[in-house]
Amino acid sequence: MVITASSYRTEAVFDYSWKNVVVAYWNRYPNPSSSHVLTEDTIQREVRDGKLYSRRLLSKTNPVPKWGSRFYNNVPVKIVEDSVLDPVAKTFTTFTRNLGMKKIMRVDEIVTYTEQNDGSTLAVRRAYISSQVFGFSRAIRAFGIERFKSNSNKASNGFDYVLRRMFPKSQSSVHHSASPAAGATGAFAAHQSELSVATTAAVPNHTSTIKSVARIGYDFMKCHASKIAQLFSVRN
Amino acid sequence: MNSIGEDCNELKKQYDACFNSWFSERFLKGHTDESACAPIFRVYQDCVKRAMREQKIELREIDTEYTTNSEYEKTGSSSGKQQSKS
Repeated sequence: MVITASSYRTEAVFDYSWKNVVVAYWNRYPNPSSSHVLTEDTIQREVRDGKLYSRRLLSKTNPVPKWGSRFYNNVPVKIVEDSVLDPVAKTFTTFTRNLGMKKIMRVDEIVTYTEQNDGSTLAVRRAYISSQVFGFSRAIRAFGIERFKSNSNKASNGFDYVLRRMFPKSQSSVHHSASPAAGATGAFAAHQSELSVATTAAVPNHTSTIKSVARIGYDFMKCHASKIAQLFSVRN
Repeated sequence: MNSIGEDCNELKKQYDACFNSWFSERFLKGHTDESACAPIFRVYQDCVKRAMREQKIELREIDTEYTTNSEYEKTGSSSGKQQSKS
């Protein structure tokens, strides 16, 4: 079976050194944007070849209303975060994905934190969404991706808050660009986030009854897909 | 931040404090010896693993590989085109 994924890419620049960013990273919960994060545990950690490998388990509350629990379990969601931190090359990469509910939606996020020449830290976030729900996979992916797009401006606010609090002397701001062409070399143009999935799915135009039923189903799915995508994401 | 096991909160707090100081004072300064927090980590792990068992959290499906390198770039199966080099 071929499972297609939709992807989205954003960038954020933190006006903090890479060291400050990685120190703050382990302390980023709780923050004002993380009320949905319930628990956080380190379940594996080791130094190998001078690099720090960590695996953490996060649980997040489910924002799905009660009537949605018919369609999937209304229990806290578990997210696993693997990371590799190279203190010499000054790179830090995190890879997160949801445990369970993967048939409905699987959200994988890869974030790479690297030091830039001006001393700030660039975070490149890539999200991949796939779904195996027959007939709706495409729409679910599209709606999931929409969530990433619409929220990209406040994507790292929670983390930025933690940075400001831990390192108050530094300038406190984070710049986002969902289209990385800004402030980057021309090569980045090719990286521009693209979404090739149609966002209008399953809206037949035969009779008005079918239309309205489809509309309700569409809105329902859109609402849920975007909520699930948010749930499985660890941006804040 | 809380632990997944309520009774592990205190251990987690102690381990996190140990790790944070080791991380910024030792590791980032080039010392890779991680034994400093090993004892508290072990106790904390016992507690967390027990809590995970009790809550039937299975890590089997992901197991032990650290796949931080993106598997996607190899497969090229995505319909949203990603042309990212990392």
